[in-house]
Amino acid sequence: MGILIDRSTRILVQGITGNQGSFHAGQMVAYGTQVVAGTSPGKGGSVHHGVPVFDRVRDAVEETGASASVMFVPAPFAKDAAFEALAAGIKLLVMVPEHVPVQDTIAILEYARYQGALVLGPNTFGLITAGQAKMGIPPNHIFQPGPIGIVARSGTLSYEIADALTRAGLGQTTAVGMGGDPVAGQTFNEILHRFAQDPQTELVVMVGEIGGSAEEEAASFIQQMNKPVVAYLAGKAAPVGKRMGHAGAIIERGRGTLESKRQALEAAGATVVEMPWDVVPAVRRRLA
Amino acid sequence: MREAKIPVPEGRLATTVDEVVAAVEAIGPSAVKAQVLVGGRGKAGGIRFAETRQEAETVGRAILGMDLKGYRVERVYVEQKLAVEAEYYLSVTVDRSARKPLIMASAKGGIEIEDVAEGDLVRRHVDLSFGLPTYLCQEIAAEMGLVGDEAKQVATIIGRLYEVFRHTDAELVEINPLVRCGGRIIAADARLNIDDSALFRQGDLPAVEEGTALEKKVHAIGLAYVELDGDVAIMANGAGMSMATLDAVQHFGGAPANFLDAGGGASVEPTAQAIEVLLEMKPKVILINIFGGITRCDDVAKAITQVKTSRGIPVPLVVRLAGTNEQAGIEILQAQGIQAYRDMDQAAREAVRLSQGGA
Repeated sequence: MGILIDRSTRILVQGITGNQGSFHAGQMVAYGTQVVAGTSPGKGGSVHHGVPVFDRVRDAVEETGASASVMFVPAPFAKDAAFEALAAGIKLLVMVPEHVPVQDTIAILEYARYQGALVLGPNTFGLITAGQAKMGIPPNHIFQPGPIGIVARSGTLSYEIADALTRAGLGQTTAVGMGGDPVAGQTFNEILHRFAQDPQTELVVMVGEIGGSAEEEAASFIQQMNKPVVAYLAGKAAPVGKRMGHAGAIIERGRGTLESKRQALEAAGATVVEMPWDVVPAVRRRLA
Repeated sequence: MREAKIPVPEGRLATTVDEVVAAVEAIGPSAVKAQVLVGGRGKAGGIRFAETRQEAETVGRAILGMDLKGYRVERVYVEQKLAVEAEYYLSVTVDRSARKPLIMASAKGGIEIEDVAEGDLVRRHVDLSFGLPTYLCQEIAAEMGLVGDEAKQVATIIGRLYEVFRHTDAELVEINPLVRCGGRIIAADARLNIDDSALFRQGDLPAVEEGTALEKKVHAIGLAYVELDGDVAIMANGAGMSMATLDAVQHFGGAPANFLDAGGGASVEPTAQAIEVLLEMKPKVILINIFGGITRCDDVAKAITQVKTSRGIPVPLVVRLAGTNEQAGIEILQAQGIQAYRDMDQAAREAVRLSQGGA
């Protein structure tokens, strides 16, 4: 099962002939994902990784029935590409590019709401339902099917934790990247709601970090959630007022501190661990 | 602000004491303000007043060249001194949770917004697609407790400030204080933070980048970097991993010298560049923490080898390699006499031990 995507999801890759798009589309196909179409303006009619390429999203959707799209286009063009996908009826849009202007993101999210679509990202690794399908860039080999849901702001840190879980025999349902930007299409709260309803998911690992208040906002739901949550929060050593790699990872005007997040999550009943390598033992304890 | 037709005090830039004197003579009683990219410059002595030629000289000498929270003051802005009757606060920013622009206003201005009581703050979200309607500006001014012509002037300024926010791709545009002076409402001081990601289409704005010399240099090669004051230099791949590596060093009692994200999928060349940055900081120890997803461990090992043979690595180096092509990476390092760790905790612990004089 898992959430958001599975082996039946029909997936489009926007920007399939670019460097990134081409490499990751190949990896997605290799994982068994149903990549049914790609777009690349001017390259319509060609075939890439065995996938038909179209000039426009509308044609791709009409001919292949794609319902989800993963976007690999340069950030300055992300807004237009997103509007094109949403207008064509795409219901799940995964925005991989980093450095999308924040006001573009806000406009995209307003339009997505209007179209009844869901956006992940920008600046996300995407998502992977273990053993079934992948949209985005997480490495194929570290995920194994199992009972753990993962929701994270950061990619490599999630891989680190997913790999430790897998090696400990704790597989995953779906790993979802919210993205590292200040404004994101989906929040911890929204993803946790989905994991709560997924019969296969028994526990959720949350990988948060300094900046914003998405962790705090998830707390009230965690309190009444039917499944345990284990959280690791990165950025304890981060100074105030500096962006730590992610545009969203910054303590500003006294908000977004790690301590505030830790307190809110612990008060809600989540197990907040100190270090990434503490996740596996904590998961074992909470599942016991 | 002036371009957006928001009333501002008369003023001009000065870079020498003579220019400060000339400006004060032309404008009359003035505030001389240090032009540096830090808040709270008034408290730090970066804003002083001058009325006479003598005072202008004294103030110009005192501020130009002074050190303000680590920044050298190269320029001042000489500005007409206002007979302030009231101080207000106005800003437009991005509300991360609501995913919308947020207008904040208060009749209690002139202090940092964090110090304004929640009850004295008016907050209104704006739908980007629909824009900011006039009635909402009027509603905000009314809720600030303003009436008559003053409310009208403030409402107009709110509308124009929102336009500035949109046109400049701002993350924050703030007028603090917005003052009343002889019945006129004037933006006495303002701050504008532009979204870095939108700079490609904000060509006419003067580029001012914050940060230390090394930070600017590293940003120029396209890497995310923050300088800290510890002695363990750190490189990892991905923002989250890099933060977690700093946390791990601190956890074991060490002091991180920096944050450096070599990228989620960096190849040999950028990784070698990143290692050279670490060397420039002259740390006691270097810690490289890689979980190979898209990044390949053998590429990282090759980068380390390249730097080691081309210029040498004169300090202890602790490497953790796990994930994609882990074994190949470990073997490349072994040939260089470098033992790689498989686990992050062991590597962090060892780096801290070495930084504290362990042999």
